[in-house]
Amino acid sequence: MHELPVTQSILKIALQHAEKGNAKRITDLNIVMGELSSMVDDSIQFYWDIIAKDTIAEGATLHFRRVPAELQCMTCFHKYHPTDKELVCPQCGGVGAKIITGEEFALESIDVE
Amino acid sequence: MTQNIPIVENIMNANDRLAEENRARINAAGVFAINIMASPGAGKTSLIEQTLPRLKGKLRVATIDGDIATSIDSDRAAAAGAQAAVQINTGGDCHLDAVMLRGALEQLDLTQFDLLIVENVGNLVCPAGFKLGTHKSVLIASVPEGDDKPYKYPGMYRGVDALVINKVDLLPYINFRMDYFKQGVEVLNPGVTTFETSCRTGDGLDAWVDWLIQNAKRK
Repeated sequence: MHELPVTQSILKIALQHAEKGNAKRITDLNIVMGELSSMVDDSIQFYWDIIAKDTIAEGATLHFRRVPAELQCMTCFHKYHPTDKELVCPQCGGVGAKIITGEEFALESIDVE
Repeated sequence: MTQNIPIVENIMNANDRLAEENRARINAAGVFAINIMASPGAGKTSLIEQTLPRLKGKLRVATIDGDIATSIDSDRAAAAGAQAAVQINTGGDCHLDAVMLRGALEQLDLTQFDLLIVENVGNLVCPAGFKLGTHKSVLIASVPEGDDKPYKYPGMYRGVDALVINKVDLLPYINFRMDYFKQGVEVLNPGVTTFETSCRTGDGLDAWVDWLIQNAKRK
């Protein structure tokens, strides 16, 4: 449900940059989305089709580049991928990890004509 | 001809900027502000209800309650002794955002308060992504929700400054493995300030109230 304001934000950023570049049409948006970002791409797509209507971004394709979560154990410095049942370090059982990747949520670039 | 325009802009930027403006406004008034988040039924309003009488004569408190509809929560806060209680009805949105908080802040003379308690919409996903500008985020986890919640909602658990484990009076009746729960919390949020409370018996509430007073005095 929180994807609606987020999708509006994506559209706003894209339109600002397209305008700066004097573009006539936005054809593609490249979005990077970390596994831990709590965003649902289907939901963004759903809202996108509605809110991009009647703008220069109407009909543009959304591309999602997914980044898997990677944690680093702060005890033995092993890097690992957490699962939904286990978050502790699989190597030493340590708790207290740093998130290396997985929190990204950004508009990387747009393709315009 | 197609052209690629590199952007690399964090999509949450607009909200984050407004949250910073809210923070500046709150700081200018010398108020300590917290954002209470939890799933529906964890005890957000009950904790506020139990907290307010314990702060009487110590801190002047304003509450801002976010809900999809009704003013039940702000009515309860006002009845429990909040000097001011503002209700935000989100009209369907599952979280508060910085714009909504700004609207509510405009209805308060912040200089009249020491502590601002913002009660977010009951939800463990969406509120985590939207900063409000408060100083501390507080998560209430209640025992009946189950001990697997940190594993299922890492976004919420890793982003908070304090954790209240509520309804501990129910521990004898529920299969809640405190060790497993705390292990999940410890991975995501090492050393997070934790309180174990029961709003029914009053257990643990003094430590929580002390924490609020200590933080408010520093402002």
